[in-house]
Amino acid sequence: MNLRRDVFQAIADPTRRAILMLVASQAMTAGAIAANFDTARPTVSKHLQILTECELLSQHQNGREIYYHLNPQKMREIADFIEPFRQFWDDRFNKLEAIMKTYQANQ
Amino acid sequence: MVQPKTNVHAEDGKQELLITREFDLPIELLFKAYVVPEIVEQWMGTKVLKLENHAHGGYQFETTDPRGHAHRFSGVIHEFVPNQKITRTFEMENTPFAVQLEFLEFEKLTETTSKLTMHIVFKSIAYRNQLLQMPFAMGINLAHNRLQAFFAN
Repeated sequence: MNLRRDVFQAIADPTRRAILMLVASQAMTAGAIAANFDTARPTVSKHLQILTECELLSQHQNGREIYYHLNPQKMREIADFIEPFRQFWDDRFNKLEAIMKTYQANQ
Repeated sequence: MVQPKTNVHAEDGKQELLITREFDLPIELLFKAYVVPEIVEQWMGTKVLKLENHAHGGYQFETTDPRGHAHRFSGVIHEFVPNQKITRTFEMENTPFAVQLEFLEFEKLTETTSKLTMHIVFKSIAYRNQLLQMPFAMGINLAHNRLQAFFAN
């Protein structure tokens, strides 16, 4: 499995990026995070699960509560940011391919 | 997982990068996408102000951002060999980015497939890394703006 790609898929979602920015300032419980969004609580839980699975967030038990922390090491790993650049060119080349296929069909 | 079609190779500590892509297109059609202005405009999403497809020719493209500002990109063509290669410079006009050198190689794989290799050389490692980070920075800015708008409500 290409973990790197999954991380970028994880941060491609605006709600998940917003969650990362929230948690960046302080560790928070799922309830406190969800209170910042209009989306249903289970939707926020799903986002938290994805972010935890690709290790952008880590969970720590504190008494009865589970707190979500940002994993700075993982954030640094994506700090060379090549994937969005690759996707930019991939989109462009996909367009080129589609346009030329239409062009070919019309000849 | 499907192998991505476009690959970017940027070695640490080098002021160059390599973009490779295999196309489901005969080499002639791939090359045509780089030389016919109307086609370039479609896939690059730019206006083509000038495109002189020969050695010592020049090109100039223009894009308009969502706020209506025009940005021009231009360069000089050094080598032009149909269905084989284009060597050119690339510059974003009126920006602090230094001009870059691009080697585009077009390769026939089969009758119906082809490969493009873009070898880009930058003035410095710092410039290369800055350019690589631009799409990511744009994504983060978008997220940040949305978050600010969200808290402003």
